[in-house]
Amino acid sequence: MIMPLTGPLLSVEDLVVEHRTPGRPVVRAVAGAGLQVAAGEVVGLVGESGCGKSTLARALCGLHGAASGRILVGGHPVTPLGLRRRNPALTGVQMVFQDPYSSLNPRRRVGAQIADGLRTAGDTATSPADVLERVGLPRAFAGRYPHEFSGGQRQRIAIARALAARPSLLIGDEPISALDASAQAQVARLMRDLAMESGAGLLFISHDLSVVRLIADRIAVMYLGKVVETGPTAEVWADPRHPYTRALLAAIPSPDGAGVLPAELPGDVPDPADPPAGCRFHPRCPLAMDVCREREPDFGPVACWLHEPEPSSLS
Amino acid sequence: MTAEPRAAALTIEGLRVSIGGHDVLHGVDLAVEAGRVHGLAGESGSGKTMTGLAVLGLLPHGSRASGRIAFGGRDLLGMPARVLDEVRGAKIAMVFQDPATSLHPMLTVERQLTEHMRHHLGVGGREARDRAAGLLAKVRIPGPREALKRYPHQFSGGMRQRIAIAVALACDPEVLIADEPTTALDVTVQAGILRLLRGLCDDLGLAVLLVTHDLGVMSAVADEVSVMKDGLVVETGPRGRVLREPRHPYTRSLLDALPVPPAGENSP
Ligand SMILES: Nc1ncnc2c1ncn2[C@@H]1O[C@H](COP(=O)(O)OP(=O)(O)OP(=O)(O)O)[C@@H](O)[C@H]1O
Ligand SMILES: Nc1ncnc2c1ncn2[C@@H]1O[C@H](COP(=O)(O)OP(=O)(O)OP(=O)(O)O)[C@@H](O)[C@H]1O
Ligand code: SF4
Ligand SMILES: [Mg+2]
Ligand SMILES: [Mg+2]
Repeated sequence: MIMPLTGPLLSVEDLVVEHRTPGRPVVRAVAGAGLQVAAGEVVGLVGESGCGKSTLARALCGLHGAASGRILVGGHPVTPLGLRRRNPALTGVQMVFQDPYSSLNPRRRVGAQIADGLRTAGDTATSPADVLERVGLPRAFAGRYPHEFSGGQRQRIAIARALAARPSLLIGDEPISALDASAQAQVARLMRDLAMESGAGLLFISHDLSVVRLIADRIAVMYLGKVVETGPTAEVWADPRHPYTRALLAAIPSPDGAGVLPAELPGDVPDPADPPAGCRFHPRCPLAMDVCREREPDFGPVACWLHEPEPSSLS
Repeated sequence: MTAEPRAAALTIEGLRVSIGGHDVLHGVDLAVEAGRVHGLAGESGSGKTMTGLAVLGLLPHGSRASGRIAFGGRDLLGMPARVLDEVRGAKIAMVFQDPATSLHPMLTVERQLTEHMRHHLGVGGREARDRAAGLLAKVRIPGPREALKRYPHQFSGGMRQRIAIAVALACDPEVLIADEPTTALDVTVQAGILRLLRGLCDDLGLAVLLVTHDLGVMSAVADEVSVMKDGLVVETGPRGRVLREPRHPYTRSLLDALPVPPAGENSP
């Protein structure tokens, strides 16, 4: 399903998403994030555990309302899923959820669940077994129930179901975390290829930076509710500019057999219910300056006072 | 628990498991020593999780297990359920691959952490709460005291995974079976968790069976590495040897499959 487009396929502007629990402080999980995904583009979204990636992804699918800001898919604003009316922005958006255990219906055979996706796409030529085969599973698995599979097998099934619907925007929230190393790269490539084939956009959320590097055209780095750096993948890899991005890339453990434990970030993991003033990264930043404690670097593509854009390029 | 080195804390010999008449483990041999991390890698569906579940007597309904699982001079297979209950959770703890198995959705994090402690360690309410907050801080949960009052669904995926690790560590186990415990973590938080596990091994003599498909993680913390394929351990050895000079073709294929794009090259 390809929509006629002028702007980017997905556009997120200054998005704020909050979790409210009675008697608790408001958790501002997404605190003014911006992001774009073009048709035919793969964007890798990475960041610290708890920084708001899943909350953002759920907001994109209309599963969580925004407190402020804007989400446009194919030019249509996304509003929280209503009771009955289908939101035009959301037809064509598919998500592979972070938890492959709870995203499949335990009481229905996996073949039937994949058939739902095929029906959404109006695809009568493909059978659920064909889709299973494409994600590297035996055709006969279609007749089994989710609990009969290992963690990695379930994850492939969730991917198969999402791909069957031929989305125009595919969101994968840690879609390959349960796969073994050789399968990860293969399934990630498959997601990329199948999305590209149909001109879809792919937002790929993953902690596996080597796979992100492999399949993403651009990456967006998130820290405590904000996107702090974006750029073409190769550029960010070769020259990470935000101090958080640097720390992140430096902590990738190497499979060299040497037994070296990577460095963790100094200081405590921040609480989104009580974020630090100024730059949100300043209490843990080795390069923090006075201005960082007072003023938030609210600009891109690198939200850091060390990388303030030239005044001329500020709009 | 003492820091003096002990012999194998847990020994698995010739473990066979079938589920509904279908064989999934064909004679698994593994030894985990006190104060050491034994890494277990292998193909998806090769039986890593079933090996861990067999140790705890938690195999799926309709399974049969044979062989020997020796812990503290006793065979855990065929141990009466009542005795196994005492061992399970207190002396041998598991972090499940599926975080939903580790955490009860309707109970606060505090209940889940302190219930085990009060039952197995016999500590009072206040002490249990202090220990629980300390454990949450160790697994890098922000605002640990406040976090105690929340429910699992109010945390992110990676936070739930870390809370499950805290629950497993609550009773100072002698053996920890950790099934893909860092898959939901970014690399800096993961580094913190690996350092925590390494520290517990070095300081308290904890024995860890670490199931992971991430060979970087394996390389960072494992002392020994075993590789499984089709219900069998196909290779075991010291970390450096297995990762640098793999002997089994499957291990070699795992290493060859690592995505390492040439420096400076763009994505495909
Ligand atoms: N409840 C079940 N009923 C029948 N077969 C099962 C059941 N659970 C797992 N299996 C099968 O047992 C085999 C071993 O599964 P196990 O979960 O141990 O794999 P694993 O090595 O942990 O894989 P992964 O890396 O994907 O988690 C798999 O082939 C799986 O399909
Ligand atoms: N239902 C909820 N109620 C209250 N707080 C929540 C809820 N869901 C998430 N949070 C909080 O929102 C923040 C962001 O969570 P989110 O799940 O978006 O993180 P994430 O980036 O996906 O992390 P991970 O990489 O660990 O999956 C966390 O601090 C989390 O505790
Ligand atoms: S703005 Fe300052 S504190 Fe923030 S990342 Fe940049 S240098 Fe560090
Ligand atoms: Mg998440
Ligand atoms: Mg498993």
